[in-house]
Amino acid sequence: MAIMAGFILGFLILLTVNYQQALAGILIIFKGGLNKGLAGMGQVLYYATPIIMTGLAVGFAFKTGLFNIGASGQFSIGAFAAVYVGVNLKGLPASIHWMVALLASLLAGAIWGFLPGFLKAVRNVNEVITSIMMNYISMSAVNMLVKATVYNKYKNESLPVMASANVPKWGLDKIFPYSSMNGGILIVLIFVVLVYVILEKTTFGYELKACGFNLDAGLYAGINAKRNIVYSMMISGALSGLGGGLLYLSGSGKYIKVIDLIANEGFDGISVALLGMSQPFGILAAGIFIAYIKVGGFNLQLLNYDQEIINIIIAAIIYFSAFALLFRTRLLNLFSGREKIVSEGFVEADLAESAENKIEEGIEK
Amino acid sequence: MTGLDLLFFLFQQMMYFSMPLLIVALGGLFSERSGVVNIALEGIMVMGALAGVLFIFYMQNYTEFAGHLLLLAAVLVAGLAGLVYSLFHAYAAIHLKADQVISGTALNLASTPFAIFVGRLATTKVIGRTVQQIPFKNQFRIASVPLLGDLPLLGPMFFKNTYITSYLCLLLLIVSWVLLYKTRFGLRLRACGEHPQAADSVGINVYKMRYAGVLISGILGGIGGLVLVIPTSTNFNATVGGYGFLALAVLIFGQWNPLKVFAAAIFFGFMKTISASSSSVLFLAKLPISSEVYKMVPYIATLIVLIFSSQSSSAPQAAGQPYDQGER
Repeated sequence: MAIMAGFILGFLILLTVNYQQALAGILIIFKGGLNKGLAGMGQVLYYATPIIMTGLAVGFAFKTGLFNIGASGQFSIGAFAAVYVGVNLKGLPASIHWMVALLASLLAGAIWGFLPGFLKAVRNVNEVITSIMMNYISMSAVNMLVKATVYNKYKNESLPVMASANVPKWGLDKIFPYSSMNGGILIVLIFVVLVYVILEKTTFGYELKACGFNLDAGLYAGINAKRNIVYSMMISGALSGLGGGLLYLSGSGKYIKVIDLIANEGFDGISVALLGMSQPFGILAAGIFIAYIKVGGFNLQLLNYDQEIINIIIAAIIYFSAFALLFRTRLLNLFSGREKIVSEGFVEADLAESAENKIEEGIEK
Repeated sequence: MTGLDLLFFLFQQMMYFSMPLLIVALGGLFSERSGVVNIALEGIMVMGALAGVLFIFYMQNYTEFAGHLLLLAAVLVAGLAGLVYSLFHAYAAIHLKADQVISGTALNLASTPFAIFVGRLATTKVIGRTVQQIPFKNQFRIASVPLLGDLPLLGPMFFKNTYITSYLCLLLLIVSWVLLYKTRFGLRLRACGEHPQAADSVGINVYKMRYAGVLISGILGGIGGLVLVIPTSTNFNATVGGYGFLALAVLIFGQWNPLKVFAAAIFFGFMKTISASSSSVLFLAKLPISSEVYKMVPYIATLIVLIFSSQSSSAPQAAGQPYDQGER
C-alpha cells in the first residue's frame, strides 16, 4: 500500500511537470531494469549490491534498537580501505588479493562503527548524532587520505586498483552481458544468509534482539547490554564498509571522487532497511526493488524527466510505510470491533508477509 | 589584516553560522519539549531555504520591492514552507503514532531530491539553463548599522557586515524564552513533553500541544534554512550541509534550555568559522594542516562536546513516545 501511494505521488509529479508524457514516464519506472533485458537486470543487481549491504547494516542495527544513520561514513571509509589495499599491496596471489582488500574494507567499517557504539554504551551519547558527525568526518578524512595515498590528480579521484584486486566475475558477466555485473552480488547473498543466521539462530543474535526489543528486560535477564551495543555497531559498520569495498572493487571503472559529498549509498541503505522491515531477506528484496526503480529513473531521463523524481518516490514510500502498519491495524479494528485484541497479533505477521509479496510484485512488474 | 580586524572578521563570520544554528535548535527545542523528536529539521531547513530563495529568485527584479523588505518577506515564505513540511511529520508522529525517527528520516530523504528537482525546473524556465543551484543576488548585507556601527569595539563586532536576519534570530530567541517560561502555553507545552498523561488528566489537549510544538519547530527550521543560505552563499544548492543535525547536537549540548542553547550555538558557530575561514585567515593557512582537517573540526568538536554533555541528560521524559490516550 505504501509503495502504491509512493507511485501515485510520483505519477502526480510527472503529471505536473509534463502531462503528455506522464503515462509513458510511469511505465518506464515500472519497467525499470527490464527495459534492456538481461543487461538491464545485470545493471539492477550491480546497483543493488552496495545498497543491500548498507541496508543489512542499518537493518542489523535496527534489530538491536540502534539507528545507524552513519552507514554512509562507514561505507566510504570501507571503500577507501579496499582501494588502498587494491592499489598498494603488491605481491599477493591474485586469488587472495581481492579477499584481503575486502577484508580491509570490512575492518575499516567496523572501526568506524565502533566509535558511535562505544560512546553510546559508555557515555550514553545519542548514536544518531554521533554517526552523522562521523559521516562528515569520514567524508573529509577519505578526501584527505585519497589525496595523500592513492591520488590520481588529473581526474581528482582515486587511482585504479590492480586487476587482481577486483572481485571475480565468476561467469556472471556472461549471463548478464553488457552490464557492470560481477561476483559481488554472490558475496552479498552469503552475507544476507549470514546475518539471518546470526540474528535468528544464535544466542548472540537473540541477546542483541532482546536488548533492542526491551532494554530493561534484557538487562534483567543478565545480558551485557553495553557490550552488545558496541558489537552491534561494529558488525553494522563492517557490513556497510564491505558494501563500499564491493562497489569500488567491482571492476566497473568506478573510482573514489574527491568531492564534498556524503556517499548516497548509506542513505539508500536506510530506505532499503525500512522497506525490508529489517529482515535480512526482506532487505535483499527491497534492495533489488530500489535498484530496479532507480535504473528506471535513469531511463526516465530519455523523456526529459529528472531522475530525482525516483528519490522523491522512494522517500514517499518510506514515509507512508512508517505508518502503514498502524493504519492497517486500525482499519481492521474498525471492522472487527471487539475482537481486535485477538486479531492484532496476526495482523502484524500477515503484514510482514504481504509487504514482501508487494515488493516481489513490484519486481515482477 | 591586523589582529583586531581579524577578530572583527571572525566575529562577523561567527554570527552567520551561529544564528541559523540557534534558531533551528530552538525549533528542535519546541518540538522535543512537546514530546516529539524532530529529526526532520534538516529536511525542513532545506524546504525553507528552497522556498525563501525561490521567492527571492522570482522577486528580485522588481526594484520597488527590494532590499530588506524582500528579505523579510522571504523569511515569512521560508517559515511558511517549513510549517507546511513539518505538518507531514506532525501528522505521522502525532496522529498516526508512527515511529518519529523513521518519519523524520523519510522527510529528510525527500527534501534534497525535491529541492534539486524544483531548482532545475525553476532555473530552466527563468534562465534557460538547467542547473540545480538557484542563484540570487545578495543585496541584503548591511555594511554598517547607523549609529550603532560607529561604536568602538562593539560596533564592528555586532553592527557591521551584518544581516537583518541575525537580529531577527536574537529577537526570536527572546520571544521563545518568554513563550516557554512565562506563558500558560509554554507551561502546558513542557508538561506534554514530560508527562503527557498527567497533562491530559488536568484537561490539556496533548495532541493539540504537540501539533503546536512541531509546527513552531517547522517555522523556525524553515527560517533557519534561509538564514543560513543568505549570508554564506549566492546560490542555493539543495542542501544545508548537515546543519539540521548540528542543530540537534546544539540542542543536546544546550540541555533543552533556550539560553544554554544560545551559548552552544555560539560555540558551534565559532568552530564552524574556524573551519570555513581557515584559508582566508593568514596564520591558519600557514600552518601545515590540510583544509580537510579544518573541515572536520566542527564535527569532531561536536563529538567531544557530546561525550561530556550527554551523561547528565535532561531530555524531556516523554520525547519520542507517541501519546495514546488509552494508556492513561
